[in-house]
Amino acid sequence: MSETLVITGAQLLGAERADIIVENGQISEIGTGLSRSGARVIDADGLVALPGLVDLHTHLREPGYEASETILTGTRAAAAGGFTAVFAMPNTSPVADTAGVVEQELALGEAAGYATVQPIGAVTVGQKGERLAELGAMATSRAQVRVFSDDGFCVFDPLIMRRALEYVKSFDGVIAQHAQDPRLTEGAQMNEGTVSAELGLAGWPAVAEESIIARDVLLAEHVGSRLHVCHLSTAGSVDIIRWAKKRGVNVTAEVTPHHLLLTDELVRGYDARYKVNPPLRREEDVMAVREGLADGTIDIVATDHAPHPSEHKSCEWQAAANGMVGLESALRVVHQSMVQTGLIGWEDVARVMSAAPARIGRLSDHGLPLQAGAAAQITLYDPSAAGVFTESDLHGRSVNSPYLGRDLPGRVEFTIHRGLLTVDGGSVVEELNA
Amino acid sequence: MRHLLDTRTLDRESALRILDVAEDMSDTQSREVKKLPTLRGKTVVNLFFEDSTRTRISFEAAAKRLSADVINFAAKGSSVSKGESLKDTAQTLQAMGADAVVIRHPASGAPQTLATSGWISAGVVNAGDGTHEHPTQALLDAFTIRKRRFGADSRGRDLAGIRVVIVGDVLHSRVARSNVWLLATLGAEVTLVAPPTLVPQNVSLWPAKVVYDLDQALADGPDAVMMLRIQLERMSAAYFPTEREYSRRWGLDALRVAGLPDGSIVMHPGPMNRGLEISSEAADSPRSTVLEQVTNGVSIRMAVLYLLLAGERDDERGGDQ
Repeated sequence: MSETLVITGAQLLGAERADIIVENGQISEIGTGLSRSGARVIDADGLVALPGLVDLHTHLREPGYEASETILTGTRAAAAGGFTAVFAMPNTSPVADTAGVVEQELALGEAAGYATVQPIGAVTVGQKGERLAELGAMATSRAQVRVFSDDGFCVFDPLIMRRALEYVKSFDGVIAQHAQDPRLTEGAQMNEGTVSAELGLAGWPAVAEESIIARDVLLAEHVGSRLHVCHLSTAGSVDIIRWAKKRGVNVTAEVTPHHLLLTDELVRGYDARYKVNPPLRREEDVMAVREGLADGTIDIVATDHAPHPSEHKSCEWQAAANGMVGLESALRVVHQSMVQTGLIGWEDVARVMSAAPARIGRLSDHGLPLQAGAAAQITLYDPSAAGVFTESDLHGRSVNSPYLGRDLPGRVEFTIHRGLLTVDGGSVVEELNA
Repeated sequence: MRHLLDTRTLDRESALRILDVAEDMSDTQSREVKKLPTLRGKTVVNLFFEDSTRTRISFEAAAKRLSADVINFAAKGSSVSKGESLKDTAQTLQAMGADAVVIRHPASGAPQTLATSGWISAGVVNAGDGTHEHPTQALLDAFTIRKRRFGADSRGRDLAGIRVVIVGDVLHSRVARSNVWLLATLGAEVTLVAPPTLVPQNVSLWPAKVVYDLDQALADGPDAVMMLRIQLERMSAAYFPTEREYSRRWGLDALRVAGLPDGSIVMHPGPMNRGLEISSEAADSPRSTVLEQVTNGVSIRMAVLYLLLAGERDDERGGDQ
């Protein structure tokens, strides 16, 4: 039986400050002047109460790449960032393309307890883009997979993509596409533009993303299926999604925190911490994705948390791996790039980082408004705090964060997953008392 | 000078300093005894991750004529190809007491990574990195243009008003990039000529004009025409249809050379593909500076090593960077 929590004076979204009682893994009561004898009292004065954050795009690396991250360390990082659920991308070893692997991931997530781990299944066997994986078996497994992606690899063959979109309709699934034309990005190292021209690094042109998104929204429209576009990064991609939504295409889109804040100018020092796929783009693109997120064209923020050991980053740019860790910094980066700029408020943050990703991924007990009877997934965030982001803010196994040394606003003070504190007073709880 | 990584960030004063010191070095090279004692006791490592005999022996000659000890580390085919990282290689050189590392690497930015990583305290000279820069090549090219134009009166002069046409695979050329920045810094007017497929997609910030028609560029009577080497494997990636078509449209043939004004020079960084980007008539004509460029390369590299190892180092002055 979990501890009873009395959260006092939290700022609820669109409402007055209130107290929240958490009992038996649920929110049992919200009101003022509440108390429970023997309960742990959490003073939430000045803290914003958000529904527990949900990340639709996380790389947990287990099984197969435990030197970079494990499900335990990755979900500890998630908790530190205020997340109560993460969707695990399938590029593990073996690839999560069978019921067995996704059920193993689910079980490891349950054992860790720091966040709900919802596996994503591969679209094609081995993410090779050739034959459909057993999507139905993953959907009906204990993991109840609803999101399928070959992330890292684009489902490039238009016929395979069409079939995948059609097939997942039978269990309300969605294809999450990593939009990257492989031919237009052979050897690509960074955004193609003025900076790549100067640095002599092979370009990753915006059109390689936009042309795939354009094709996929037309395919989704044609077969009447649900499409999710991963980590879109260019102004043109925002335009295409806006156009598709206006036509009524059933498409959702995500943007990463780093594409909301960082530009390709950072590549100038050849510091591989800034190497990521899709690459950091121009200032104009950053402004366009911010605008797209603010006006609802882009539905969600997802981290694309991608841990790598230091030897894969502490090397020549060309030899370095793509990816950045992002779970611990995501909310603070969204705070800086979207809230402090006045583009969105905290209710919108709850929508794009909790409600919408839970809905897209069909995760029923996450992303709900904080109300009596709901499962207790709560993030208490101090928007008035600020500090330099350092390695001590990181809780996963890897430190490849582009934000080290940067000033970021805010601080996650408490994270509550299924009624249990996973972050307490800003620190990750060492032993979960489940 | 702490490192020489690029010409993009080399200011006019520093560039002229290198060129003028190279003039002094050049003067010593006409003596019977070419060797100077300047860098006695210093160790220069030539760390080459790519085969380049020409550049490597040029640096080797430069270091030896200054009496430095030279270690050639051909990293290709060594432990590096067995998976040793740049970091481990660098730390090995550090442990051996290298004072300067001359690095040639197929990855753009590798010299900068080496210089800024903290793995090594030696000065780093970029001897060509990927498709990024090749600063000593641009310096020797600028030196050659200046010498041809001003002769014994070269010292202290920049290249104001001199028109240089650079022809060929700009997209993949570190020589072109380094020349664009350096020549512009020295006041020259640079025109790039290439098939549109071999120009980077966005060069709007480069201090150079881009034209696709070689005859149009040559009609303006440039002071120097610099031909870039075409890598034959480019054809398979659809950058241009055939060797023959490239040669016809962008090659410096006998007819095009004959149309150049008196005093115009023809340059090539070598090695040349005779009959492709440059005809034998052009390469062997009195306009050609190909061999002067080789000679001047040694003087430039002597100057760079001298300024790196014997000159005042910014960090020893208390560091203003």
